[in-house]
Amino acid sequence: MASMDQSKIRNFCIIAHIDHGKSTLADRIIEMTGLLTSREMQAQVLDNMDLERERGITIKAQTVRTVYKAKNGEEYIFNLIDTPGHVDFNYEVSRSLAACDGAILVVDAAQGIEAQTLANVYLALDHDLDVLPVINKIDLPSAEPQRVIDEIEDVIGIEAQDSPQISAKTGQNVGDVLEAIVERIPAPAGDAQAPLKALIFDSVYDSYKGVIVFCRIKEGTVKRGTPIRMMATGAEADVVEAGYFGAGQFIPCEELSAGMVGYLTASIKNVKDTRVGDTITSRDNPCAEPLPGYKKVLPMVYCGMYPADGAKYPDLRDALEKLQLNDASLQFEPETSIALGFGFRCGFLGLLHLEIIQERLEREYGLDLVTTAPGVIYKVHRTNGEVIELTNPSNLPDPAEIEYMEEPMVSAEIMVTTEFIGSIMELCQERRGIYLGMEYMEETRALLKYDLPLNEIIYDFFDALKSRSRGYASFDYDMKGYVQAELVKLDILINKEEVDALSFIVHSSTAYERGRKMCEKLKEEIPRHLFEIPIQAAVGSKIIARETVKAMRKDVLAKCYGGDITRKKKLLEKQKEGKKRMRQIGNVEIPQKAFMSVLKLDDR
Amino acid sequence: MCENGKKQSELELYLHIPFCVKKCAYCDFLSVPADKAVQLCYVEALKGEIYQQKTLGLNRRVTSIFVGGGTPSILDGGQMAQLLEAVHDSFHVETDAEITVECNPGTLTADKLSCYRRQGVNRLSIGLQSADNEELRLLGRIHTYEEFLQSYMLAREMGFENINVDLMSALPGQTKESWQQTLREVLSLKPEHISAYSLIIEEGTPFYHRFGPGAGEERLLPDEDTERQMYYDTKDILKAEGYERYEISNYARQGFACRHNLGYWERREYLGLGLGASSLTEGVRYRNHKKLSAYLAGDYGHEDKHRLTRQEELEETMFLGLRKTEGVLLTEELLKVYRGVFERLEQQELLIRENGRVRLTELGIDVSNYALAEFLQSG
Repeated sequence: MASMDQSKIRNFCIIAHIDHGKSTLADRIIEMTGLLTSREMQAQVLDNMDLERERGITIKAQTVRTVYKAKNGEEYIFNLIDTPGHVDFNYEVSRSLAACDGAILVVDAAQGIEAQTLANVYLALDHDLDVLPVINKIDLPSAEPQRVIDEIEDVIGIEAQDSPQISAKTGQNVGDVLEAIVERIPAPAGDAQAPLKALIFDSVYDSYKGVIVFCRIKEGTVKRGTPIRMMATGAEADVVEAGYFGAGQFIPCEELSAGMVGYLTASIKNVKDTRVGDTITSRDNPCAEPLPGYKKVLPMVYCGMYPADGAKYPDLRDALEKLQLNDASLQFEPETSIALGFGFRCGFLGLLHLEIIQERLEREYGLDLVTTAPGVIYKVHRTNGEVIELTNPSNLPDPAEIEYMEEPMVSAEIMVTTEFIGSIMELCQERRGIYLGMEYMEETRALLKYDLPLNEIIYDFFDALKSRSRGYASFDYDMKGYVQAELVKLDILINKEEVDALSFIVHSSTAYERGRKMCEKLKEEIPRHLFEIPIQAAVGSKIIARETVKAMRKDVLAKCYGGDITRKKKLLEKQKEGKKRMRQIGNVEIPQKAFMSVLKLDDR
Repeated sequence: MCENGKKQSELELYLHIPFCVKKCAYCDFLSVPADKAVQLCYVEALKGEIYQQKTLGLNRRVTSIFVGGGTPSILDGGQMAQLLEAVHDSFHVETDAEITVECNPGTLTADKLSCYRRQGVNRLSIGLQSADNEELRLLGRIHTYEEFLQSYMLAREMGFENINVDLMSALPGQTKESWQQTLREVLSLKPEHISAYSLIIEEGTPFYHRFGPGAGEERLLPDEDTERQMYYDTKDILKAEGYERYEISNYARQGFACRHNLGYWERREYLGLGLGASSLTEGVRYRNHKKLSAYLAGDYGHEDKHRLTRQEELEETMFLGLRKTEGVLLTEELLKVYRGVFERLEQQELLIRENGRVRLTELGIDVSNYALAEFLQSG
């Protein structure tokens, strides 16, 4: 079958708030369309990184093609494009949506709509997708499907009365979803004879095949040998293989034509050449215009990453390079710290992205890392008119040379039950939020709108939000732009020596508070030495907070009983081992953990 | 027993009695409360282990025996006698060997003490901890100070001329004054030996749940300055009364240092018998297993067996030997291996080398963990 009958294809994604059951439903669809037997299924086929399974979130988009025999007797091809589930990856989400013709909206029958649900629905509607609501978890005792249906109609304004009511977990009524996909999600359009126009919505690196590009063919046809060009990056290559997605495997096919979702390989060496959102066209017969919506995603959060063992620097570089093969949004460049030695300043899409990379470096590459406090990109306007994009606080020019500084802002939407409105507003206030307004979703729930400085939300805003709303608040944000702010660099001096790796940029109104907390925290983390150690926080030459680590006066082991020397030795070894994991600053030894602990100043 | 005239090598013996009337609230040693029947079975099992050593044992000159616990004095006089008889049957015990039994006030009787005497026990180690009854109660001790006095006097009457008293400072609720009072009360009895430890809150003990980090009652512990003062008072008061500090926590009148304990710090060979007891023989360290039921069934299996490397022997020589105030005799090998460590610690005034020996300074003893850890090979 050279050209697929477009009317028998359904390209769709599933959107949901975290934990509402997106991946479980995806698994169920795969299972019920016969692609895998349940015995072959590992729980949640699509989330295939260990990290994703553990955290219950999807980090990378996954795609799978299955064949469904509908009640009308016809066979349909389902391309299910699973999207990342976190605000850090909003752009990836938007590109995945652009590859679809419809979206299944999964809403938890007990929880109802959350901020992220709304954000994703609006994204889907922006892409002109038909949204098919599905009420999940009806097996829960606290499920209220009718209330949730009404809520969807009221809040989102889409028809939901005859939405499938299912339990993806037990499989109950999932068959209704399959029929609804056939009936309510439109078939793709597009002319297979037109010049090639394909949207890249993801890519992975394979050491044998090079980059594997995930794409949706909007117009035209592509097959082995087609010379292609990426319209934004300008990279060119000849297609080696075209194919579609089995469960966890790539299945080559003759060609991909308009309306189809699949992959291409073309011996491309670097994912940087195949940016998500770019348009693939034919070099010999290019289309007139690229698809709309491409943008180069840029890191928003930066931090320093250093190997705990200085000798592992080349290993860290290799590991970062390998991760970057698959993740064009990860950036890094070498930097040196007096305190931490050689390392890298790394850029991430957000804090979750940072944590994921950090965990993968530690788990998959066995590296032990010291990370500095994450910061955002500040714009420093110098008196000579020059503007610096500052990612490392150590590079801040002398204050005399600074005209003013700007910090990035986000516009945030927080959905919260009414009883917690007060405490959430208080939190936003503390984080220098600018209140924009509030809308009631229904009697008991409201949507708060704030502008917030990005650097106030990257640390622990999400945790604070959850703890102050007993888990009921949900949160979503968009970049808004830069505004001028009174920012200062806070330095930490340990035994009178400045520790560069602990410096950070902070708003002047919170400098004192943060300085005090830093000193307190460091006092807890730095072990006693034979001499007294002052810990000071300073802005410029002014000391704003101080703590002292008292001198060690006693460190004696208790009774050594019945000749149990081994136990005694273990205690001493532990002491010695602890010392090995320290960084020498002047004549003070600072545990690696101290550098990390200051990231969590707001533990309550 | 030495028929061919070849010099027999010396050996120290440790016997473990893992029973107590009741476990103290701070204790993390291997001991359990147990009924008479279990104790009886244990004594039989321990005898079995002792006799198993007979072939080897008769070729060793035992210079000290320490019966520790737990509370060894919980056993009947007859049971203790059987154990020591088994030892005499199986080992060549020197006539002047130091033989210690650890006792708790409240478990000692004239009958038991006379049994000990008959079996050659010549040293008692009595766990007092405090002369303040309120402090004793808090520690979960089963006795009062008055009961200790009775036991102590009884022991003297029965002819024991070498008695150690265990004391503990830095107790919850303890003051400088109450600690000084404890020291003075005990000094008035003129024991030959005093062990004075600072309380350490060990994980897994009831104390940890009351006084451990964040447990809620830490404020009852003496603050750092008070605790330090108690420690200095201990040194000063005992010194003024003629007690020499010969090890970090141990003080003795002239000639009464505990030979058995010194053996550990000097790396003399010792054989531990009984549940969980540790041994060092022929350059190998190992420990008996800790499963009581298996032991009672005659399983004397060893665990954590480890032949020491030369490097480990040197490490031990240093971190054990430096616990003694006289320090360690310097050899060329030690000087070669630890030159850098010596110099660093001397610079920090923690260590001193003189007359061919190396020892900790007063400051070095105060922070001995820090100093001793330096002698372990990093890696």
